[in-house]
Amino acid sequence: MEIPYAVKARPDTGLYNAKVGIWLFLASEVMLFGALFSSYILLRVNAEPGTWPLHLLNVPLGATNTVVLIISSVTVVFGWASLKMNKFSSYKIFQGITILCALTFLSIKSFEYRDKFNHYEVQLKNGAFADGHIDRAKTTKDLFVFEKARVVADPSELMSPPEESHLTAMQFPMAEIKDRADGKGKEIENYGPWHSTYFAIYFVLTGLHALHVLGGALVIAVIWGPLAKLWKTDPERYTNRIEVTGLFWHFVDLIWIFLFPVLYLT
Amino acid sequence: MHETAATPSAVPDAHSVEEAKRHMRTYAIVGVALIIGTILTVWASYINFGSREINIVAALLIASTKGFLVAGFFMHLISEKRLIYSLLGCTVFFFAALMYLTVLSMQKGSIVHIQ
Repeated sequence: MEIPYAVKARPDTGLYNAKVGIWLFLASEVMLFGALFSSYILLRVNAEPGTWPLHLLNVPLGATNTVVLIISSVTVVFGWASLKMNKFSSYKIFQGITILCALTFLSIKSFEYRDKFNHYEVQLKNGAFADGHIDRAKTTKDLFVFEKARVVADPSELMSPPEESHLTAMQFPMAEIKDRADGKGKEIENYGPWHSTYFAIYFVLTGLHALHVLGGALVIAVIWGPLAKLWKTDPERYTNRIEVTGLFWHFVDLIWIFLFPVLYLT
Repeated sequence: MHETAATPSAVPDAHSVEEAKRHMRTYAIVGVALIIGTILTVWASYINFGSREINIVAALLIASTKGFLVAGFFMHLISEKRLIYSLLGCTVFFFAALMYLTVLSMQKGSIVHIQ
Protein backbone atom coordinates (compact mmCIF):
# COMPACT_ATOMS: atom_id res chain seq x y z
CA MET A 1 0.00 0.00 0.00
CA GLU A 2 1.32 3.40 -0.93
CA ILE A 3 1.46 5.99 1.83
CA PRO A 4 -0.51 9.07 0.77
CA TYR A 5 0.94 12.58 0.87
CA ALA A 6 4.52 11.44 1.27
CA VAL A 7 5.48 13.78 -1.55
CA LYS A 8 2.47 15.79 -2.63
CA ALA A 9 0.75 18.15 -0.21
CA ARG A 10 -2.63 17.32 1.27
CA PRO A 11 -5.22 19.54 -0.42
CA ASP A 12 -6.77 20.66 2.89
CA THR A 13 -3.55 21.55 4.78
CA GLY A 14 -1.22 22.28 1.89
CA LEU A 15 1.48 20.20 3.63
CA TYR A 16 3.13 16.84 3.00
CA ASN A 17 3.44 14.32 5.86
CA ALA A 18 7.09 14.81 6.70
CA LYS A 19 6.71 18.54 7.10
CA VAL A 20 3.91 18.14 9.65
CA GLY A 21 6.01 15.45 11.34
CA ILE A 22 9.14 17.58 11.67
CA TRP A 23 7.19 20.54 13.06
CA LEU A 24 5.55 18.29 15.66
CA PHE A 25 9.01 16.99 16.58
CA LEU A 26 10.40 20.54 16.79
CA ALA A 27 7.50 21.50 19.06
CA SER A 28 8.55 18.73 21.46
CA GLU A 29 12.15 19.92 21.20
CA VAL A 30 11.11 23.45 22.17
CA MET A 31 9.65 22.02 25.37
CA LEU A 32 12.76 19.88 26.03
CA PHE A 33 15.15 22.82 25.75
CA GLY A 34 12.54 25.07 27.40
CA ALA A 35 12.61 22.87 30.51
CA LEU A 36 16.41 23.08 30.60
CA PHE A 37 16.36 26.87 30.12
CA SER A 38 13.84 27.05 32.95
CA SER A 39 16.24 25.01 35.13
CA TYR A 40 19.06 27.37 34.15
CA ILE A 41 17.02 30.43 35.19
CA LEU A 42 16.16 28.92 38.59
CA LEU A 43 19.76 27.86 39.24
CA ARG A 44 21.10 31.25 38.18
CA VAL A 45 18.62 33.33 40.18
CA ASN A 46 19.11 31.23 43.32
CA ALA A 47 22.92 31.10 43.07
CA GLU A 48 24.81 32.58 46.02
CA PRO A 49 26.60 35.87 45.20
CA GLY A 50 30.09 35.24 43.87
CA THR A 51 29.42 31.69 42.71
CA TRP A 52 28.28 32.34 39.11
CA PRO A 53 31.09 32.85 36.54
CA LEU A 54 31.17 35.66 33.98
CA HIS A 55 33.17 35.42 30.72
CA LEU A 56 34.99 32.39 32.15
CA LEU A 57 34.33 30.36 29.01
CA ASN A 58 36.29 31.06 25.85
CA VAL A 59 34.19 33.84 24.26
CA PRO A 60 36.12 34.01 20.90
CA LEU A 61 35.63 30.25 20.44
CA GLY A 62 31.93 30.48 21.36
CA ALA A 63 31.47 33.39 18.94
CA THR A 64 33.33 31.47 16.21
CA ASN A 65 31.01 28.51 16.72
CA THR A 66 28.01 30.84 16.44
CA VAL A 67 29.28 32.16 13.10
CA VAL A 68 30.02 28.58 11.93
CA LEU A 69 26.42 27.54 12.65
CA ILE A 70 25.05 30.66 10.93
CA ILE A 71 27.11 29.88 7.82
CA SER A 72 25.84 26.28 7.89
CA SER A 73 22.25 27.53 8.11
CA VAL A 74 22.82 29.72 5.06
CA THR A 75 24.36 26.83 3.07
CA VAL A 76 21.43 24.55 4.01
CA VAL A 77 18.88 26.97 2.53
CA PHE A 78 21.19 27.62 -0.44
CA GLY A 79 21.32 23.85 -1.02
CA TRP A 80 17.53 23.56 -0.88
CA ALA A 81 17.10 26.55 -3.24
CA SER A 82 19.65 24.96 -5.62
CA LEU A 83 17.52 21.81 -5.82
CA LYS A 84 14.46 23.98 -6.52
CA MET A 85 16.46 25.40 -9.47
CA ASN A 86 17.42 21.86 -10.55
CA LYS A 87 21.12 22.57 -9.84
CA PHE A 88 22.15 19.32 -8.17
CA SER A 89 25.91 20.00 -8.32
CA SER A 90 25.44 23.35 -6.51
CA TYR A 91 23.37 21.58 -3.88
CA LYS A 92 26.18 19.04 -3.36
CA ILE A 93 28.70 21.85 -2.79
CA PHE A 94 26.48 23.84 -0.42
CA GLN A 95 25.43 20.81 1.62
CA GLY A 96 29.04 19.60 1.69
CA ILE A 97 29.95 22.95 3.31
CA THR A 98 27.14 22.38 5.82
CA ILE A 99 28.66 19.04 6.84
CA LEU A 100 32.11 20.65 7.14
CA CYS A 101 30.62 23.41 9.33
CA ALA A 102 29.02 20.76 11.57
CA LEU A 103 32.37 19.00 11.96
CA THR A 104 34.08 22.34 12.67
CA PHE A 105 31.49 23.15 15.34
CA LEU A 106 31.95 19.77 17.02
CA SER A 107 35.75 20.04 16.86
CA ILE A 108 35.72 23.47 18.51
CA LYS A 109 33.25 22.21 21.13
CA SER A 110 35.38 19.17 21.96
CA PHE A 111 38.46 21.45 22.21
CA GLU A 112 36.54 23.59 24.72
CA TYR A 113 35.49 20.50 26.70
CA ARG A 114 39.07 19.20 26.76
CA ASP A 115 40.24 22.61 28.01
CA LYS A 116 37.77 22.44 30.90
CA PHE A 117 38.77 18.88 31.83
CA ASN A 118 42.43 20.04 32.00
CA HIS A 119 41.53 23.12 34.07
CA TYR A 120 41.97 22.43 37.79
CA GLU A 121 41.14 24.17 41.04
CA VAL A 122 43.32 23.14 43.98
CA GLN A 123 42.57 24.15 47.57
CA LEU A 124 45.72 24.70 49.61
CA LYS A 125 46.17 24.09 53.34
CA ASN A 126 46.85 27.81 53.89
CA GLY A 127 43.28 28.56 52.69
CA ALA A 128 44.27 29.90 49.25
CA PHE A 129 43.09 28.50 45.90
CA ALA A 130 45.39 27.65 42.99
CA ASP A 131 43.68 27.60 39.60
CA GLY A 132 45.00 26.77 36.15
CA HIS A 133 45.79 24.12 33.57
CA ILE A 134 47.44 20.92 34.68
CA ASP A 135 50.79 19.78 33.29
CA ARG A 136 49.97 16.06 33.14
CA ALA A 137 53.46 15.04 32.07
CA LYS A 138 55.05 16.53 35.20
CA THR A 139 52.31 15.84 37.75
CA THR A 140 53.05 12.87 40.03
CA LYS A 141 51.38 11.39 43.10
CA ASP A 142 53.60 13.66 45.23
CA LEU A 143 53.56 16.81 43.15
CA PHE A 144 50.78 18.75 41.37
CA VAL A 145 52.14 20.83 38.47
CA PHE A 146 50.32 23.65 36.65
CA GLU A 147 51.39 24.79 33.19
CA LYS A 148 50.01 28.23 34.05
CA ALA A 149 48.05 29.18 37.15
CA ARG A 150 47.06 31.90 39.58
CA VAL A 151 46.61 31.81 43.35
CA VAL A 152 43.73 33.68 44.98
CA ALA A 153 42.58 34.04 48.57
CA ASP A 154 38.85 34.31 47.83
CA PRO A 155 37.16 31.67 45.57
CA SER A 156 34.80 34.35 44.17
CA GLU A 157 37.87 35.77 42.37
CA LEU A 158 37.85 32.57 40.27
CA MET A 159 34.50 33.55 38.73
CA SER A 160 36.15 35.85 36.18
CA PRO A 161 39.00 35.07 33.78
CA PRO A 162 42.56 35.97 34.89
CA GLU A 163 44.84 38.48 33.21
CA GLU A 164 47.22 36.46 31.04
CA SER A 165 50.16 38.36 32.56
CA HIS A 166 49.17 37.16 36.06
CA LEU A 167 49.54 33.49 35.12
CA THR A 168 52.78 31.65 35.88
CA ALA A 169 53.97 28.05 35.99
CA MET A 170 53.47 26.63 39.50
CA GLN A 171 53.83 23.40 41.39
CA PHE A 172 52.59 22.26 44.79
CA PRO A 173 53.72 19.25 46.84
CA MET A 174 50.68 17.13 47.74
CA ALA A 175 51.50 17.77 51.41
CA GLU A 176 50.56 21.46 50.88
CA ILE A 177 47.15 20.57 49.41
CA LYS A 178 44.13 20.37 51.70
CA ASP A 179 42.64 16.93 52.42
CA ARG A 180 39.02 16.31 51.49
CA ALA A 181 36.52 16.37 54.34
CA ASP A 182 35.53 12.76 53.64
CA GLY A 183 39.21 11.71 53.82
CA LYS A 184 39.18 10.42 50.24
CA GLY A 185 42.12 12.20 48.66
CA LYS A 186 42.88 15.88 48.19
CA GLU A 187 40.82 18.98 47.34
CA ILE A 188 41.73 18.79 43.66
CA GLU A 189 38.97 19.11 41.08
CA ASN A 190 38.81 19.88 37.39
CA TYR A 191 36.13 22.02 35.70
CA GLY A 192 33.92 19.07 34.73
CA PRO A 193 30.13 19.00 35.31
CA TRP A 194 30.76 18.09 39.00
CA HIS A 195 32.73 21.30 39.65
CA SER A 196 29.79 23.67 40.23
CA THR A 197 26.12 24.26 39.45
CA TYR A 198 27.14 26.48 36.55
CA PHE A 199 29.33 23.82 34.93
CA ALA A 200 26.67 21.15 35.53
CA ILE A 201 24.05 23.10 33.55
CA TYR A 202 26.69 24.22 30.99
CA PHE A 203 27.65 20.63 30.15
CA VAL A 204 24.01 19.44 30.10
CA LEU A 205 22.85 22.22 27.76
CA THR A 206 25.84 22.24 25.42
CA GLY A 207 26.18 18.43 25.50
CA LEU A 208 22.54 17.95 24.49
CA HIS A 209 22.93 20.60 21.81
CA ALA A 210 26.13 18.95 20.49
CA LEU A 211 24.26 15.62 20.25
CA HIS A 212 21.65 17.41 18.12
CA VAL A 213 24.41 18.81 15.88
CA LEU A 214 25.93 15.34 15.54
CA GLY A 215 22.56 13.69 14.79
CA GLY A 216 21.58 16.38 12.29
CA ALA A 217 24.97 16.22 10.55
CA LEU A 218 24.73 12.42 10.24
CA VAL A 219 21.27 12.58 8.65
CA ILE A 220 22.34 15.39 6.30
CA ALA A 221 25.48 13.42 5.35
CA VAL A 222 23.52 10.21 4.62
CA ILE A 223 21.03 12.08 2.41
CA TRP A 224 23.92 13.97 0.75
CA GLY A 225 25.91 10.77 0.10
CA PRO A 226 24.38 7.29 -0.09
CA LEU A 227 20.77 8.44 -0.55
CA ALA A 228 21.56 11.03 -3.24
CA LYS A 229 20.52 8.57 -5.97
CA LEU A 230 16.89 9.33 -5.05
CA TRP A 231 17.31 12.64 -6.84
CA LYS A 232 17.38 10.78 -10.17
CA THR A 233 14.21 8.77 -9.51
CA ASP A 234 12.13 11.09 -7.33
CA PRO A 235 13.56 14.64 -7.21
CA GLU A 236 10.54 16.15 -5.51
CA ARG A 237 10.75 13.69 -2.62
CA TYR A 238 14.51 14.27 -2.36
CA THR A 239 13.98 18.05 -2.21
CA ASN A 240 11.37 17.58 0.52
CA ARG A 241 13.89 15.57 2.55
CA ILE A 242 16.35 18.44 2.28
CA GLU A 243 13.68 20.88 3.42
CA VAL A 244 12.81 18.73 6.44
CA THR A 245 16.42 18.16 7.53
CA GLY A 246 17.02 21.88 6.93
CA LEU A 247 14.20 22.78 9.35
CA PHE A 248 15.85 20.62 12.01
CA TRP A 249 19.24 22.21 11.29
CA HIS A 250 17.84 25.76 11.62
CA PHE A 251 16.30 24.76 14.94
CA VAL A 252 19.71 23.59 16.16
CA ASP A 253 21.13 26.97 15.07
CA LEU A 254 18.25 28.76 16.83
CA ILE A 255 18.98 26.99 20.13
CA TRP A 256 22.67 27.93 19.93
CA ILE A 257 21.74 31.58 19.27
CA PHE A 258 20.24 31.61 22.79
CA LEU A 259 22.79 29.28 24.44
CA PHE A 260 25.76 31.43 23.41
CA PRO A 261 24.82 34.69 25.18
CA VAL A 262 23.23 32.88 28.14
CA LEU A 263 26.22 30.65 28.92
CA TYR A 264 29.19 32.63 27.59
CA LEU A 265 28.29 36.28 27.97
CA THR A 266 25.89 36.97 30.83
CA MET B 1 -6.42 8.38 -2.23
CA HIS B 2 -2.90 8.37 -3.67
CA GLU B 3 -0.80 11.19 -5.01
CA THR B 4 0.80 10.91 -8.39
CA ALA B 5 4.47 9.97 -8.50
CA ALA B 6 6.96 12.77 -9.06
CA THR B 7 8.28 13.13 -12.54
CA PRO B 8 11.92 11.95 -12.77
CA SER B 9 13.01 15.11 -14.57
CA ALA B 10 11.35 17.86 -12.62
CA VAL B 11 12.54 20.83 -14.65
CA PRO B 12 11.54 23.99 -12.82
CA ASP B 13 9.83 26.76 -14.74
CA ALA B 14 11.40 30.18 -15.22
CA HIS B 15 9.19 31.72 -12.53
CA SER B 16 10.24 29.28 -9.80
CA VAL B 17 13.92 29.71 -10.77
CA GLU B 18 13.56 33.49 -10.41
CA GLU B 19 11.76 32.93 -7.09
CA ALA B 20 14.57 30.69 -5.82
CA LYS B 21 17.22 33.23 -6.88
CA ARG B 22 15.33 35.99 -5.04
CA HIS B 23 15.14 33.76 -1.96
CA MET B 24 18.90 33.14 -2.09
CA ARG B 25 19.57 36.88 -2.02
CA THR B 26 17.31 37.19 1.03
CA TYR B 27 19.07 34.25 2.76
CA ALA B 28 22.47 35.87 2.15
CA ILE B 29 21.28 39.19 3.62
CA VAL B 30 19.79 37.41 6.65
CA GLY B 31 23.05 35.48 7.12
CA VAL B 32 25.08 38.70 7.15
CA ALA B 33 22.57 40.26 9.59
CA LEU B 34 22.98 37.25 11.91
CA ILE B 35 26.77 37.56 11.90
CA ILE B 36 26.49 41.30 12.64
CA GLY B 37 24.07 40.40 15.45
CA THR B 38 26.64 37.99 16.90
CA ILE B 39 29.34 40.69 16.90
CA LEU B 40 26.84 43.07 18.54
CA THR B 41 26.01 40.48 21.22
CA VAL B 42 29.68 40.03 22.18
CA TRP B 43 30.31 43.80 22.13
CA ALA B 44 27.23 44.53 24.29
CA SER B 45 28.27 41.96 26.89
CA TYR B 46 31.46 43.95 27.67
CA ILE B 47 29.65 47.29 27.99
CA ASN B 48 29.02 48.47 31.54
CA PHE B 49 25.37 49.57 31.57
CA GLY B 50 25.49 50.04 35.33
CA SER B 51 23.65 46.81 36.05
CA ARG B 52 24.17 43.18 34.99
CA GLU B 53 20.42 42.86 34.45
CA ILE B 54 20.58 45.39 31.59
CA ASN B 55 23.38 43.36 29.96
CA ILE B 56 21.23 40.21 30.23
CA VAL B 57 18.18 41.97 28.75
CA ALA B 58 20.32 43.41 25.91
CA ALA B 59 21.80 39.98 25.13
CA LEU B 60 18.35 38.33 25.12
CA LEU B 61 16.87 41.09 22.93
CA ILE B 62 19.60 40.64 20.31
CA ALA B 63 19.25 36.84 20.54
CA SER B 64 15.47 37.13 20.09
CA THR B 65 15.93 39.31 17.00
CA LYS B 66 18.38 36.77 15.57
CA GLY B 67 15.96 33.97 16.46
CA PHE B 68 13.18 35.79 14.61
CA LEU B 69 15.38 36.07 11.51
CA VAL B 70 16.23 32.35 11.57
CA ALA B 71 12.65 31.21 12.23
CA GLY B 72 11.06 33.78 9.91
CA PHE B 73 13.31 33.50 6.86
CA PHE B 74 15.33 30.27 7.05
CA MET B 75 12.42 28.24 8.43
CA HIS B 76 9.94 30.20 6.26
CA LEU B 77 7.65 31.02 9.16
CA ILE B 78 6.76 34.41 7.70
CA SER B 79 4.80 32.61 4.97
CA GLU B 80 3.79 29.21 6.35
CA LYS B 81 0.54 27.24 6.23
CA ARG B 82 -2.18 27.70 8.85
CA LEU B 83 -1.67 24.23 10.35
CA ILE B 84 1.97 25.05 11.20
CA TYR B 85 0.90 28.33 12.83
CA SER B 86 -1.74 26.47 14.90
CA LEU B 87 0.82 23.91 15.98
CA LEU B 88 3.33 26.61 16.90
CA GLY B 89 0.61 28.55 18.72
CA CYS B 90 0.13 25.54 21.03
CA THR B 91 3.91 25.31 21.52
CA VAL B 92 4.17 29.01 22.37
CA PHE B 93 1.28 28.65 24.85
CA PHE B 94 2.91 25.74 26.70
CA PHE B 95 6.36 27.35 26.58
CA ALA B 96 4.91 30.58 28.02
CA ALA B 97 3.16 28.54 30.73
CA LEU B 98 6.48 26.87 31.58
CA MET B 99 8.23 30.24 31.85
CA TYR B 100 5.33 31.63 33.92
CA LEU B 101 5.72 28.72 36.36
CA THR B 102 9.45 29.40 36.45
CA VAL B 103 8.92 33.06 37.36
CA LEU B 104 6.14 32.11 39.81
CA SER B 105 8.47 29.74 41.63
CA MET B 106 10.83 32.65 42.32
CA GLN B 107 8.14 34.64 44.18
CA LYS B 108 8.16 34.48 47.96
CA GLY B 109 5.27 32.44 49.34
CA SER B 110 4.85 30.52 46.10
CA ILE B 111 3.93 26.86 46.52
CA VAL B 112 6.94 25.97 44.39
CA HIS B 113 9.32 28.43 46.03
CA ILE B 114 12.92 27.22 46.18
CA GLN B 115 14.73 27.85 49.45
